[in-house]
Amino acid sequence: MKGMTIIVKTISSWVKVLIFLFGIYIILFGHLTPGGGFAGGVILASSYVLLMLAFGREFAEENLSLPLASKLDCAGALLFAAVALCGLLYGAAGFFWNFIHQKYLMGTDYEFNLVSAGTIPLSNIAIGLKVGASLFLVILTLSMCCKDFKPGSTENEKE
Amino acid sequence: MAVFYILLLFMIIAAIIAVETDNLLSSVICVGAIGFGGSLIFLFLRAPDIAITQIVVEVLGLIILIRATISRDRTFITGDREFFGMVVSIVIIFVIFLAGMKVFETLPTFGTPIFATVGDSASQAYISEGMQKTGATNLVTSVILDFRAYDTLGEATVLFTSIIGATVILRRKAKKLPEEPDQ
Repeated sequence: MKGMTIIVKTISSWVKVLIFLFGIYIILFGHLTPGGGFAGGVILASSYVLLMLAFGREFAEENLSLPLASKLDCAGALLFAAVALCGLLYGAAGFFWNFIHQKYLMGTDYEFNLVSAGTIPLSNIAIGLKVGASLFLVILTLSMCCKDFKPGSTENEKE
Repeated sequence: MAVFYILLLFMIIAAIIAVETDNLLSSVICVGAIGFGGSLIFLFLRAPDIAITQIVVEVLGLIILIRATISRDRTFITGDREFFGMVVSIVIIFVIFLAGMKVFETLPTFGTPIFATVGDSASQAYISEGMQKTGATNLVTSVILDFRAYDTLGEATVLFTSIIGATVILRRKAKKLPEEPDQ
């Protein structure tokens, strides 16, 4: 669990920033280009998984610990629910009403801009945060489980 | 059309190898090959959103599976094949194949979905009014986060609940029992 060779460590320390930036791009431009919150969140999680594979689990846990990851997960879910509830509070149209677009941006020349589509980019950011933190948590907990695995026992094999 | 059949043949061969091989690592890699073939098919069907999601989740799932199989001691599958299980699975596959033949007769031909031909269906309304109503130029995002946002909420809830279960069950230290005294 101490990590891989120095070649892998050097390459991954350069590449991890690019992967993280690409994930942010996929999330932020989800309403303009192919992609969106789910795919971008998985890319964000995979940059941390690359860190975990190259440098070991302890290094990745120093960067993004388990309580912080679970807090980010909850924050993403809360933000998505808050965006949905804002539509309910803001007007009579109901849950998940795209209030920003319908109230302010409708009829203006905002298409193909980064700031367009009302609540959709906010929901994309929430979903991306949530999916990224969730998948990182899955791999973190699974690798913790793998570390405690004893070859003699067969109970830990069922997952 | 020919590229779909080539990719489908590739995926079927990879699936057969993934089932038949004894080495766990090559089995996992063959499962990854099936996923990459699927993402290529999505790309040729002009669905780049699904292709991106498929390839990204495939890579992450492949890493998880390789990690889970390599860290174990046993990387080879041993044991004899059961005759009864094989017969049962062949019969079940044959029944599903017959049912599938019946179902495929009623489907519209490949490449002409029924929503494209019926005039006032929901997807026609999404395509014609989606950009004006939501402002998003990527119609897939406008469907999954505006028109069909309840589905996304349900998916997020499922993911959230499963992560809660995984972190609670697989955590290393259990919480203190209520009858234990504080230190």
